[in-house]
Amino acid sequence: MAGLTQKDEVLTRYAEKLSTLKAPKGRSLTDDAIRRMLANKAAMVSLFVLAAIVLFAFVGPYFVPWGYSEVDWASIRKPPDFEAGHFFGTDHNGRDLLARTMFGTQMSLIVALVATTVSVVIGIAYGAIAGYFGGRVDAVMMRIVDMLYALPYILFVIILVVIFGRNPILLFVGIGAIEWLTMARIVRGQTLTLKEKEFVEAARAGGAKPWTIIFRHIVPNLTGPVVIYATLTIPEIIIVESFLSYLGLGIQEPQTSLGTLISTGAPVAEVTPWMLIYPGIILVSLLFCLTYVGDGLRDALDPKDR
Amino acid sequence: MSDYVLSIQDLSVTFALHDTEVQAVREMNFDLRAGETLAVVGESGSGKSQAFLGIMGLLAKNGRATGKAMLGDVNLLGMAPSRLDAYRGKDIAMIFQDPMTSLNPSLKVKTQLSEVLVKHRGFDTRKAEMTTIEMLERVGIPEPAKRANAYPHEMSGGMRQRVMIAMALLCQPKILIADEPTTALDVTVQAQMLDLFKTLTEDFGTSLVMITHDLGVVAGVADRMMVMYGGRAVEKGKVDDLFYDPRHPYTLGLLHSTPHIAHRAARLDPIQGLPPSLEHLPKGCSFNPRCAFCFDRCLEERPPLTPLGDEREKACFFEGPLQSKKVA
Amino acid sequence: MNQTPANLLEIRDLKKTFSIATGLFSRQLTLTALADINFNVRQGETLGIVGESGCGKSTLGRCILQLISPDEGQVLWLGQDLTRVPAEEMRKRRADLQIIFQDPLASLNPRMTVGEIIEDPLRTLRPEMNKTERRARVVRIMESVGLLPEMINRYPHEFSGGQAQRIGIARALITEPKLIVCDEPVSALDVSIQAQILNLLAELKDEFGLTLIFISHNLSVVRHVSDRILVLYLGRIVELATGDEIYEDPKHPYTTALLTAVPIPDPKLARQRNIDALKGEIPSPINPPSGCTFRTRCRHAQPQCAETRPPLETLENGRLVACIRWREIEAEKAALAEA
Repeated sequence: MAGLTQKDEVLTRYAEKLSTLKAPKGRSLTDDAIRRMLANKAAMVSLFVLAAIVLFAFVGPYFVPWGYSEVDWASIRKPPDFEAGHFFGTDHNGRDLLARTMFGTQMSLIVALVATTVSVVIGIAYGAIAGYFGGRVDAVMMRIVDMLYALPYILFVIILVVIFGRNPILLFVGIGAIEWLTMARIVRGQTLTLKEKEFVEAARAGGAKPWTIIFRHIVPNLTGPVVIYATLTIPEIIIVESFLSYLGLGIQEPQTSLGTLISTGAPVAEVTPWMLIYPGIILVSLLFCLTYVGDGLRDALDPKDR
Repeated sequence: MSDYVLSIQDLSVTFALHDTEVQAVREMNFDLRAGETLAVVGESGSGKSQAFLGIMGLLAKNGRATGKAMLGDVNLLGMAPSRLDAYRGKDIAMIFQDPMTSLNPSLKVKTQLSEVLVKHRGFDTRKAEMTTIEMLERVGIPEPAKRANAYPHEMSGGMRQRVMIAMALLCQPKILIADEPTTALDVTVQAQMLDLFKTLTEDFGTSLVMITHDLGVVAGVADRMMVMYGGRAVEKGKVDDLFYDPRHPYTLGLLHSTPHIAHRAARLDPIQGLPPSLEHLPKGCSFNPRCAFCFDRCLEERPPLTPLGDEREKACFFEGPLQSKKVA
Repeated sequence: MNQTPANLLEIRDLKKTFSIATGLFSRQLTLTALADINFNVRQGETLGIVGESGCGKSTLGRCILQLISPDEGQVLWLGQDLTRVPAEEMRKRRADLQIIFQDPLASLNPRMTVGEIIEDPLRTLRPEMNKTERRARVVRIMESVGLLPEMINRYPHEFSGGQAQRIGIARALITEPKLIVCDEPVSALDVSIQAQILNLLAELKDEFGLTLIFISHNLSVVRHVSDRILVLYLGRIVELATGDEIYEDPKHPYTTALLTAVPIPDPKLARQRNIDALKGEIPSPINPPSGCTFRTRCRHAQPQCAETRPPLETLENGRLVACIRWREIEAEKAALAEA
């Protein structure tokens, strides 16, 4: 009968106690994951290399004498020539390959980032809603996903290009619009599992509304699989972008991306190998590092620790 | 000495963690007689399971068991796994709490059981299958021939546990170690299982080591018992002695924590505090932070296991009977 | 005393089934988890619900709280039928009806701090409170359940099982409920910690004037905490009586069997016991035996037990038994005792 609402005086005492309380911050799951990640040498080295590549792409251009679309009429299809300032050589139009590689890497990274963000945001929202509400809502939502999956994405992108014209933004949105499907499926699967967990039931017993449960309880516990999947699909996105650009659907001259550079360089590799090698090295390093980082994240976030 | 089927001397189990080592079992000593049932009692972290996994050579990769586990003249510890295989399953067998994870879900029951006979007793397939069916009947499985053809997931929990027991007893081992075999079972099925243990150990003359945290099970089944805390044995002796005249405060605490269906006490008398962390055991007696009988000496020295006569031993500096409020 | 405590909760004809699809051709099988459930819970008592696998005790706990919707029947809380109450209204009721779960760590969101977990129901159900008021209550409750307030910013995985269960209890108490359903609250804990938590529950019950429904498969624990005990078998009530009555004078053969099977931590008594272990296994709830579902294991079963489902008979003092032969069985026992 005493209960908690005896007198406000009691509560004031506790409020005071609270303000003088020295309550140390606990060790969250994220802290644990970061600790494990830091201990993973392969992943840390990869992160370091990734950071180096990002610097290369975004800060590098300020240190290079040539711009990415500047033509040097004196050096067309020339191998690396340090005196002329062409450290990676020039391409068939006389443009500096180093600058172009840096720019291309920028584009590839931006595409990857934007597309991933789009797919994560849409995928989480869509998947969590479908998974949590279940029943008919889930069935309808997932059938839509199935149908979209069945669409050949090239066709879809071509249609977009026809409607909106050639636009790099379109590329981002287009790829993101494809990638969210798998993210939604993964999130839905995870949600189905999480939905059955006792702490979700406890939230319901505490009177929480479905939207509160989804965003306060389910989504924060999705970060593991989402982060891992996102990291591991970035390589895929870069390759898709390269393919689309190669088909002429994405990034167009004079802009470039890693994929475009490689697709231009590959046919002439015997004659002008530097046009393939340098962008190739960057792309392969990027993909390797992302894979290792993804692996490292998976190990770090794997909840089967205890 | 030679009427002991198993003699454990100074058994210690250590686990290597990423930056330290943790001792799960410390210098355990006990002897097991033919045909007797010994209960090993303790809570999480007491080391009761790890000790026997160590004896059976079933520790995780980062675990190491030292000391002696004498099965007759042979020391099971430190033996190469290939040599150990000749004894495991044949002279000493172990069954676990969760039969679902101990049985191979993709093999039929009779295949798994016959395998044991073929390997250890050199039976041909025909004979092995017949013996299997006989054993299934022995452990109380109805329609044994039909059940033998089933897969583990097609059976209920109680049924699977019987299959485990059958598998363990096929080679008529001298020693059967049962690690919490009835914890996951319904109480009526548990009663059947304990009954079965009793009958089988009598029929086969097997010595049974029953690892459990349930004092009710101990009272119903065991002849002698050993109480473990913080990786060590803290009290040993006949079951009647420990239940009616416990000499270690932890044993007393366990007895008082267990609700007894015959009386409804107003409050249980629980042991205060939490089980110790094996990485940071208290100085002196590991039980001292929770002990109602603790005095100065307990904080400095660790009490050794001292004999009290009549097969009793206790590891406590407090002399004389503890004031038990009530047990029976 | 002419004042029997009011009925806080009245359960009428509760029924819950689940559909199970099996195999490639998806034959729809129906699993009857609960049927013909009729009982009352009195203000201030602890009602124990005990039974083995498939008896439906957990389902019953959740049906009472409307975490699962029953197929048929009524759950009358202070006279109002919760099964007919709209969702929004039910949400508000949840302040009065709380639950403690079996697995302490699984019932706590691993990404929230202890303070956030405990104050969560307040955030939802008492939106008029500000953060300081909420937190003050959290500190107060943490002390009541034996947790150090300094732990308020820690995460669940940093706690032991027993401490985690205290967090769960704190969360259940923070809205000052009238009734708490305890679903196997100590089954996952070590024996010595179990005893601490059981004592804690008893203290809190007195301090906050709670009514408890205590669900467990462990009859000794249930007997220890409960005023009255409800025994379930395969989704049906078998017997309801006070703890003493159940122990000293069980009327249903299943209750007797349970009592015989319960391990007693007393070697002499254990030896004297006539352990006539119950034969057979619990039948599948998908295909229960006809008539009395217990008859396949009951030593007193007669042909008529297969024909009629035994009705729930009300005896004096609100006692319930569901067995058509209980009087005959009692007479047989008495005759044997005299012989």
